[in-house]
Amino acid sequence: MSTVGSLEQPVEPVPELPQGGSAGASPWRLAFRKLVRNRLSMAALGLFAVIVAVSFAAPLYAHHVAHTDPFASSLTGKTEVNGKRVDVLQQGSGALALGETPIGPTWQRNYFLGADEQGRDVAARVLYGGRTSLIIGVGSALICSLIAVVIGLAAGFYGGIIDGILSRILDIIWAFPVYLLAISIATVLLTQGLSIGPFTISASSLWLPTAIIGVIYVPYVARPIRGAVLSVREKEFVDAAIAQGASDRRLMFGEILPNVIAVVIVLLPLMIATTILTESALSYLSIGVQPPAASWGTIIDDGQQLLYSRPWVAIAPGVMIVLTVLSLNVLGDGVRDALDPRAKLRVKG
Amino acid sequence: MNPIRRIRPTRAACIAALAAALAGLLAGCGGSGSSGSSGSSASSGDHRGGTLVLDWNGIGSSIDTAVDYDQNWTLLYMVYDGLVTWKKVGGAEGNTLVPDLATAIPSPTDGGKTYTFTLRKGIEYSNGAPVKASDFVRAIEREFTVPGPVGSFYQGIVGGDACAKTPKTCDLSQGISADNAAGTVTFHLTGPDPDFLQKLALPFAYAVPASTADKEVGPSNPLPATGPYMFDHYTPNQEILLKRNPHFKEWSKDAQPNGYPDEIEVKLSLSTEAEVTQIEQGQADWMYDQPPNDRLNEIANKYPDQVHLNPVPQVFHMALNTRVAPFNDVRVRQAVNYATDRNAIVKAWGGPQLATPTCQILPPDFPGYEPYCPYTTNPGDGKWHGPDLAKARQLIDASGTKGDKIAVICTPDEASKSVCLYFVSLFKQLGYDSSIKVLSAAVEYPYTQDSSNKAQISFSYWYPDYPSGADWFDVVVGCNGFHPNSTASANLSEFCDPKIQAMTEKAIKTSVTDQDAANQQWAAIDKATTDQAPWIALFLPRHVDFLSARVGNYIFDPNVLVGGPLLDQLWVK
Repeated sequence: MSTVGSLEQPVEPVPELPQGGSAGASPWRLAFRKLVRNRLSMAALGLFAVIVAVSFAAPLYAHHVAHTDPFASSLTGKTEVNGKRVDVLQQGSGALALGETPIGPTWQRNYFLGADEQGRDVAARVLYGGRTSLIIGVGSALICSLIAVVIGLAAGFYGGIIDGILSRILDIIWAFPVYLLAISIATVLLTQGLSIGPFTISASSLWLPTAIIGVIYVPYVARPIRGAVLSVREKEFVDAAIAQGASDRRLMFGEILPNVIAVVIVLLPLMIATTILTESALSYLSIGVQPPAASWGTIIDDGQQLLYSRPWVAIAPGVMIVLTVLSLNVLGDGVRDALDPRAKLRVKG
Repeated sequence: MNPIRRIRPTRAACIAALAAALAGLLAGCGGSGSSGSSGSSASSGDHRGGTLVLDWNGIGSSIDTAVDYDQNWTLLYMVYDGLVTWKKVGGAEGNTLVPDLATAIPSPTDGGKTYTFTLRKGIEYSNGAPVKASDFVRAIEREFTVPGPVGSFYQGIVGGDACAKTPKTCDLSQGISADNAAGTVTFHLTGPDPDFLQKLALPFAYAVPASTADKEVGPSNPLPATGPYMFDHYTPNQEILLKRNPHFKEWSKDAQPNGYPDEIEVKLSLSTEAEVTQIEQGQADWMYDQPPNDRLNEIANKYPDQVHLNPVPQVFHMALNTRVAPFNDVRVRQAVNYATDRNAIVKAWGGPQLATPTCQILPPDFPGYEPYCPYTTNPGDGKWHGPDLAKARQLIDASGTKGDKIAVICTPDEASKSVCLYFVSLFKQLGYDSSIKVLSAAVEYPYTQDSSNKAQISFSYWYPDYPSGADWFDVVVGCNGFHPNSTASANLSEFCDPKIQAMTEKAIKTSVTDQDAANQQWAAIDKATTDQAPWIALFLPRHVDFLSARVGNYIFDPNVLVGGPLLDQLWVK
């Protein structure tokens, strides 16, 4: 599976869109056809689509099925199980009657996966948590890709001092262990939020972890793009465009970008998987999504306190993370195979 | 100034002068445990020896008596001694002052301003050097000159104020005179201090050799011991090992009894889950920390004979910043007091066996305590019965603060976060835009102390250094406890009511001559302060001790130094 580790591998040669095969079909269409023929990738795409769908249906589930507010404490709440009214938090048994244990999975509409320490419905929170994790994961991957494209294009196209400065900045970010950097930034910003000029992000905003995660992975995407730009810049069609008097902007965005965008497309599913994992890690450490909002990481953090008595609180979001990351990695591999002619050769060879 | 004492919530500690009623409470405090002893009835001499193994979630703290504030007191009291101490017994009697290195507790002379102690003869440090009168002068001087986390308890000694202002030139020669030949130490105070003897019982006043330097001693060069144990080695984050002091001879069983185990080993930096497992498996004998909620039911059912519950006079509360909106409006403070479902908080803490709801500042059985709870449905009997949301909403509507932003500050630990999340939820219900601000344990307290941060509301707790109303109303909710823009401000609510402060100062004066009258005044101050609602007083905790199967002779001492079982009196053999 491809995760952060695979992103740290040396930059591979630029994947180029597959050429030929079906007369008249565009390279993109050919790649799409190849991807569709890859059953494993399609299964992964289906799984990811299901996860996205159920996660974004969280409000429907909470309000119309479980009839609960998954963000409000319900420490003294009661629920109905098999026709009986029972406490959501139940006092310990025996002569000492120590502790309060949340209700376990009822496998019914309410508290299907049981309650957490605040007496909140775990199933509803897992769905809401999925929504948050996916928004942050996809959002930060897109932010990362956008910044990386701009930096990679500028560095590769202009070269010289601009390339030197941008590459060294990327080297500095790359030099930090990625989680250490994320933790450091998040810890600092969580106290006061982020304020740059007229832009302010509050400490509890989802934009904060999204922005942090997006920024720390920029080198991992910008470097392959820069490498691709350096290669494409030397192609004859770029020389031809220059000879026709094309501006720098036209060259970068009209000629070079369409020929390196495959790099981003290949990396995007893997980036989303990686950023979802990072978000979960930060939230697990209480420096990502802030309670009472839920993400899969915060729910695992909550569940850690209940591993002995109510393991489902931690297991449920853990399973969702595994399925999501697995589906994205398999899909990412399929996209790479579809866009990478060398992979095609390997298959045919 | 009495600095705030904050410890890990997982370690019980108290110093309240628990009245006789507490003894009864302790005796019937549930679980299998009580303040009495447990174990076999074999002669105590049979139980000397073995290694007592303790687990602690913390990383360790200073072992310098001038620096450590509470974290290591549970060990320091077995290693060092002062002129006086609290009696090493279980229950309320554990808060009785007894002479330790002094032969007797002196009565003050000179209108309450002078105390003269005579030292016991023949007591030696663990390095063989004799304990001298001048050692106590050095000990008090070091409390000013060695940088520590708290202000001084001894500014009332002549010269103390100057020492606090300019520690480098500290000179207490006018305030403390020592006669090594006669073995006497005399303290001269600037004014009568009814709590001075209690302050001398704190580890800051433990004897240190007069040659001890003005810098903190580290793990590699601990101060020589006077008690039954001495530090053998200390590796922060890993382990502390105490071994017997070869020069110790028991001079007072009340003050410093000889210990039973030959060695006391403290394992550091363990998770509380791991601590429970180690005790269950017999790899450790006691945990400093409160067992996690997730394991309480398990240990209570599987090992009921090894679980002991004891009340401690701490008060857990939400500190409301009376100088920051919306809590600068007394109606809002009262409203949130009315709205708080203290039963929900009790559940978050671990249930009714571990916490009892309260509404007021003073804990039960503390001098001046009279039950009082205005913030409840059906008030009048001093007990909390339920939240009054209708009244809360009325007050909030009148205040016009609905929609204000409120950030609830807490630490990442399970219980603190749980309580804070309840309040985030409650404030949303009351119409506020609330959020939680989780700060690391190392950051949270200084952050909330510093008024420049304008912290609105934070989860906190307080227990007194010694049994005096002054330690509550002059410090934690008193004008003298608030220091603007300082991280040495004990008064998190920044509450300072001139009328109540005048009542407090009057009560302090009264307590010099008439404790009963002073107690009545403290009760009135408690009510007046509770009405002003600088806190949401939440609950009174009960401490859980979980011991290994082999341990005997459990004696719970609620005193501030011990705050749990008398460790050196435990039998492991």
